[in-house]
Amino acid sequence: MSDNNSTAVDVLVIGGGNAALCAALTAREAGASVLLLEAAPRAWRGGNSSHTRNLRCMHDAPQDVLTEAYPEEEFWQDLRKVTGGNTNERLARLAIRQSATCRSWMRKHGVHFQPSLSGTLQLSRTNAFFMGGGKALVNAYYRSAEALGVRIRYESPVDRVEVVDGLFRAAWVNGERIKAKSCVMAAGGFESNREWLREAWGQNADGEWPADNFAIRGTRFNQGVLLKAMQGAGADFIGDPSQSHCVAIDARAPLYDGGICTRIDCVSLGIVVNKFARRFYDEGEDFWPKRYAIWGRLVAQQPGQVGYSIIDAKAIGHFMPPVFPGARANTLEELAGQLGLDATDFVRTVADYNAGCRVGTFDHTALDDCHTAGVTPAKTHWALPLDTAPYYAYPLKPGITFTYLGLKVNEEAAVHFAGQPSRNLFVAGEMMAGNVLGQGYTAGVGMTIGTVFGRIAGAQAAAAVMQQGAEHAHA
Amino acid sequence: MHMLEQLVGQARGLAAGETGLTEKEGEVERILKICNACRYCEGFCAVFPAMTRRLEFGQADIHYLANLCHNCGSCLHACQYAPPHEFAVNVPQAMARVRGETYASYAWPRAFGGLYQNNGLTVALALAAGLALFLVLTLQVTGGLLHAPLAGNFYAIFPHNTLALMFGAVFGFAGLALSLGVRRFWREISPGEMSGEAGAEAAGNVLQLKYLDGGHGQGCNNADDAFTLLRRRFHHFTFYGFLLCFAATGVATLYHYLLGLPAPYALSSLPVLLGSAGGIGLLIGPAGLLWLNLKRHPLQGDAAQKPMDRGFIALLLLTSLSGLALLGLRDTAAMGLFLAVHLGVVMALFLTLPYGKFAHGIFRSASLLKWSIEKRLPNKLQLGSE
Repeated sequence: MSDNNSTAVDVLVIGGGNAALCAALTAREAGASVLLLEAAPRAWRGGNSSHTRNLRCMHDAPQDVLTEAYPEEEFWQDLRKVTGGNTNERLARLAIRQSATCRSWMRKHGVHFQPSLSGTLQLSRTNAFFMGGGKALVNAYYRSAEALGVRIRYESPVDRVEVVDGLFRAAWVNGERIKAKSCVMAAGGFESNREWLREAWGQNADGEWPADNFAIRGTRFNQGVLLKAMQGAGADFIGDPSQSHCVAIDARAPLYDGGICTRIDCVSLGIVVNKFARRFYDEGEDFWPKRYAIWGRLVAQQPGQVGYSIIDAKAIGHFMPPVFPGARANTLEELAGQLGLDATDFVRTVADYNAGCRVGTFDHTALDDCHTAGVTPAKTHWALPLDTAPYYAYPLKPGITFTYLGLKVNEEAAVHFAGQPSRNLFVAGEMMAGNVLGQGYTAGVGMTIGTVFGRIAGAQAAAAVMQQGAEHAHA
Repeated sequence: MHMLEQLVGQARGLAAGETGLTEKEGEVERILKICNACRYCEGFCAVFPAMTRRLEFGQADIHYLANLCHNCGSCLHACQYAPPHEFAVNVPQAMARVRGETYASYAWPRAFGGLYQNNGLTVALALAAGLALFLVLTLQVTGGLLHAPLAGNFYAIFPHNTLALMFGAVFGFAGLALSLGVRRFWREISPGEMSGEAGAEAAGNVLQLKYLDGGHGQGCNNADDAFTLLRRRFHHFTFYGFLLCFAATGVATLYHYLLGLPAPYALSSLPVLLGSAGGIGLLIGPAGLLWLNLKRHPLQGDAAQKPMDRGFIALLLLTSLSGLALLGLRDTAAMGLFLAVHLGVVMALFLTLPYGKFAHGIFRSASLLKWSIEKRLPNKLQLGSE
C-alpha cells in the first residue's frame, strides 16, 4: 500500500463494501490501475456488507448449494411484489439474470458458499449463503484485491468530489486531491448520518424526533457524504429521501453494528404493546420474515418509539434465540413492573386478548386457525392466550438497515446529469439500489444488486479509461 | 463416588454464583448466546451446529463445546462482532481458556491438575529430571560421557529389561491417568448411546483432522484472515510421526521377545525404517507447528497457554532430534551420551503426557465422538423459520 498518489490512477473506487470491491476487482481484471478508498479503518472495513449473509440467485435447476429452481420470472415477480412496483424492470431483470452467473466469479475471488443456515430453510431455494457470512466475503475480496494489485487505503473518507460537465475529475481525502480517469462510487447510503436521518423522519405530533431513538443496524461510516456531494453537483436522483428500510429490533441493540443478532423473532407468538401497555397491530398477520420490516415502522410510530413483545412459557423453544435475555416474571403484574408499564393497564390488555383468543390447531409453521374475536386490533393467526408462567418480554425499537435515496443509473451503471449518462462516473451498491429496489426488501437482494452493478460499474470504469486512452491517441 | 462428585460440583457451582460457571465459562456462555442468535459460522466446524441444538449452555455443554473447538480461527476472522465491536466475540479464545481449565479439572489424580498452571515450568522440570537421571546412570555405567564404540548396542549401557520396565511403568501410568481423566469428562458431558457409524465417523474426523479444513477444504486461519492447510499437515506429520516411532518400538519389542533378535538393528531393518520415518515426521511436524504458533494471530487462542503449547512442541522436537542423532552416532564413542539425552527427553515426554498439551488430543477426540453421536439424535428444538 503506497501513499504516493502524485500520479493519477486509472480507476478510483470510493467505498469499501461488496459493491466497491466487485467494481475494483473487475476494473483491475480489465487491466486498469485501481485505487480503493475505504472510509473505515481496516477493522471496520466492508460497510454493511459485513452484516450480510447471502445472495439471492436466479437458477433454472438445482445448483450446488441451491435447491430446486428459481426462474427469472419468479424472482422478478417477487421483486415487483416487495417493491410495490417501485422498480425499473429493465435494470431489475439485468440484476436477476446476472445473479445466475456471478457466483463462479465470486468463488474465483475466494468466496465460499454453503446451503442455507439452520432456521432459514425458507431461503434454501432462493439464496446462496456465504460461508461465515458477509465479513468472510469481504475478507476474501480484500485478499484477492491485494493479490491483484489493487491499492487500498483505509481511513480515507472522501469529503468532496470535483465533477465538471458530468465528468469526474478528482476526489478530496483529508485535504489531498486524488485524480482519476474514471470513478466508481459505492459508499453506501446515508443511514449512519443521524442529522440527515432526523431531518428525513421529521418531528411527530407529540413533538418527538423519532429518528433519535433509532439504532443503525450496520456500519457507522455510511454518512452519505457522496450523496450530498452529488446532489450539489446536480446529478439525477431516484427514491424517496425520507424513506429507509426500518425493522423492529431489540431495543438494547448498540447504536451501530447490531446486525443480525439483535432481531427479535417472537412477535408472532405473543402480543406487542406500546409504552401505554396497549396493543397496536395484528401480530399474527403473516410470517415474521414477511413482517419484521413493517414492524419497524409500526414501532417508530408509537410514543417513545418503543414496543414490548410479550410471550409466555409456551413459546420458548419455538423461535430463534434472541441475543439479550428477556425480562422474565411469574406474574403479569411483575412483568409490567420490570418493563415500567402500568400494571393495571397491562393486565387488562392481556386479559382482553386472552378472552378473545379462539384457539384451533396451533401451528407456527403455517398460517394457522388460532385467531382472536372481538379484540381490536385482531390477531389473525397464532393467537394463544398468554396464561403460562413464566412470562417474558423483549423491548423493541426501530433499526435502520439502509436508505433508499440513490443516484439514477442506466444499464451501464452510469451516473446521470440532466438525463445524460456520465462518461466516466459510475455508481454501485446502496447508492443506486433504489433503481431496482424503490421500497421494501427481500432477503439477499441487496447483495445481488451490489454484486451485479458493482461488476458492471467496474467494467465500465475500466472501459472509460481505455476509451480516453484511445481518444488521446487520436488527438 | 459419582454422586459425591456431582454434589461437590454443585456446591462449587453455588459458591461461584447462580449459574455455577467459572468466569471463563461465563464468557463462553455470553458469547454463545450471541452466536446462537447469528449462526453465520455454521459451515466452519462442528461447534456451531452443536450450539444450535441448545438454547442454554450449562457447564457440561461448555466443557464439551470448548473441547470440540479446534481453535481454527475461521469464526474469529469472519465475525462481525469480533473486537473492536463492543460485543467482543472471540469464540476461539474463550473456548481455549475454558479448555485450559478442563485439562486441569479433569486431570487424574486431581491434585496434579495444578501442573497445568505453570506448564512451561512443568515441562522444564520433567526434562531436567529425565536428563539428569539418564546422564547420571550413564556416568555410573560407563564411567564417563564417552566410551569405546559399542557398535550401536544400547543394551551394553542399559539392559533391555531395565528400559522396558522404566518406560513401561511411566507410559502405563500416563495411559491410566489420561483414561481416568477422560472417563470423568465423558461421563459429565453425558454423550448417549454410541453406534458403530458414529464411532467410525468420529475416528475419521480425528485421524483426518477434519475440522482444520475450514469447512471449505482450504484450511484454517493462522496469522491473518487467509486460509492455510499447513496446520493440518504439520499435525499429521507430528501425529503419524509419533505413531511410526511407536510402531518402531513395538516391532523392536516383538523382535526382541518373540524372535529373539535383540538390537541393534540394521539401517534397512523394519524398526529402524519405521523409526527413521517417524523421526523425520516428528521433526517436520513440530518444527512447523512451532513456526505457526509463533506467527499465530494474537487474538486467536489463549496466549497464556503458549508456554504449554511450545513446551510440548519442544519436547517432541527434542525427541526426534535426539533420536535421529543417536541413530547417526550409534557406532561412535558418543552413543552413550546421546542415548542418555534421548532417553531423558522421552522420559520427560511420557511423564508429562497426562499433564500437558498432549491431553488436547484426548479430550478433543472424546468431544468429536460425542458430536457424532449427538448429531444422529433428533433435534429437540423447533425454532421455525426466521
